[in-house]
Amino acid sequence: MSLRWVAVWRRNMLVWRKLMAASVLTNLADPLIMLFGLGYGLGVLLPSIEGMPYIVFFAAGSLCTATMYTASFESMFSGFSRMHGQKTWDAILYAPLVIDDIVAGEVMWAASKAWLTGSTILAVIVVFGFAASPLVLLTLPAAFLVGLAFSSIGLVMTVLARNWDFFSFYMTLVMTPMMMISGVFFPAERLPAPLLAVAQALPLYHGVELVRPAIAGRLPEQPLLHVLVLLGYAAAGYSLAIYFARRRFSE
Amino acid sequence: MNVLSARGVRKAYGANEVVSGVDLRVASGECFGLLGPNGAGKTTTLKLCLGLIKPEAGDIELLGEPVPRRAREARTRVGVVPQSDNLDPDFTVAENLLVYGRYFGMAAGDIKARIPALLGFAGLAGRADSRISTLSGGMKRRLTLARALVNDPQLVFMDEPTTGLDPQARHLIWERLRKLTQEGKTLVLTTHFMEEAERLCHRLAIMDRGRIIAEGSPRALIAEHIESQVVEVHGSGHEAWMERAKGICPRVERAGDTVYCYAEDAEPVLQTLAGQSELVYLHRPASLEDVFLKLTGRDLRD
Repeated sequence: MSLRWVAVWRRNMLVWRKLMAASVLTNLADPLIMLFGLGYGLGVLLPSIEGMPYIVFFAAGSLCTATMYTASFESMFSGFSRMHGQKTWDAILYAPLVIDDIVAGEVMWAASKAWLTGSTILAVIVVFGFAASPLVLLTLPAAFLVGLAFSSIGLVMTVLARNWDFFSFYMTLVMTPMMMISGVFFPAERLPAPLLAVAQALPLYHGVELVRPAIAGRLPEQPLLHVLVLLGYAAAGYSLAIYFARRRFSE
Repeated sequence: MNVLSARGVRKAYGANEVVSGVDLRVASGECFGLLGPNGAGKTTTLKLCLGLIKPEAGDIELLGEPVPRRAREARTRVGVVPQSDNLDPDFTVAENLLVYGRYFGMAAGDIKARIPALLGFAGLAGRADSRISTLSGGMKRRLTLARALVNDPQLVFMDEPTTGLDPQARHLIWERLRKLTQEGKTLVLTTHFMEEAERLCHRLAIMDRGRIIAEGSPRALIAEHIESQVVEVHGSGHEAWMERAKGICPRVERAGDTVYCYAEDAEPVLQTLAGQSELVYLHRPASLEDVFLKLTGRDLRD
């Protein structure tokens, strides 16, 4: 694969830099309000969960969810706007780039932006003293993997979409239920076995399973499994996004 | 030397064949026009030449590279002005050029060095920091042209470069395009403005229903396909007059309430009009538009 996708990544980066203040605010305000609101509010009622204060427990889930949402919003809504509304992709295709380069650039960009959201929440976690040890830094690569998985899946939705409504199906029917069963708000192990099995087949659960021990100062129990599942979703999503993008742009 | 050649190119979407065996040759330094009514297959032909879509059959060579196999390599030396502007609305005028140059792998310094000249060419000097939304339609079109030149291409494809522009903006674009051909660049444009084709193009191909139905210089096409004089007649009594004209004039057509008489010598036709005050007529030399309408018909296409 050529490195032509970097020019696409840099194009999106330049837009982000111009609109940085608004972008950072919207990407962070929501998860931080949730983290402190739910963490402290609900935390009063739940003195400790898995041996940690509720807000520390929830911090891992909040970080992963925020990373997932940034990756998904960027690859779907912003991506669709570039592809469909602004016809930015068409303009890029007159240059010596092919659709595969654009898909790679968009996936890497959305993952980078998601990683930035995850890292900023991590900084908040560290500043507020929720992290137990330097092992918390394992969150950085984990957040990138979560970002990569959801950017790739999001871009599949984008290249399949005919209009904006298409995304609400994925968000309402996939993302929201996934968030409920992936150990974000409460331990997934409390779920009935079939629901836990569903959660374990989905990427968000594995992100949380990597990040929560890292914040608590432990190594994840099955790091390889979690990394492989996230990478698997990223690889499958990326391949499907390329397949459907080629089909869409050969019309 | 040909910078673009296509042989027997076919493209279908499902059962609908949009391009049905097109042959084209464009020589270095010429301005070549592809004319046709809406839906004739002009834009699809351009996309095929750029390697953006794959033909079912045929061979295409662009700047010595086989297309679509090595289209990416060919496109490093090609510029494209699309039918609808797709400038980047998130960026200023100068940023649009900078970001676009990077897609060609150009270094930021090299692009920035070219920007003043490109903006000057486009008549946008002093607008480097303007937002795209503040530009007029003509300015956007000129910026799109400047963007297509960022990589200093040998060949520029333009899909309806002046559609939607007012006459002032259109004349400015024409002048810039002539300047490009004077600099030795090859231009391939599609249009359905006959005036544009007649003024700019050294050679044209008229396309209809996926096929090229005529090819040559504007003058040669007029000489080959149509009588040199046209008399247009309308007004009350034109139907009765048309019956008389049919006996005198080699070719008579009616569209709505206007009668068109085509002849090498219009004098006999004009004599029948003398003293017919209720008939309004116009005597003019035949134009490319007459050729176009003769070859593609007067029926609406969409």
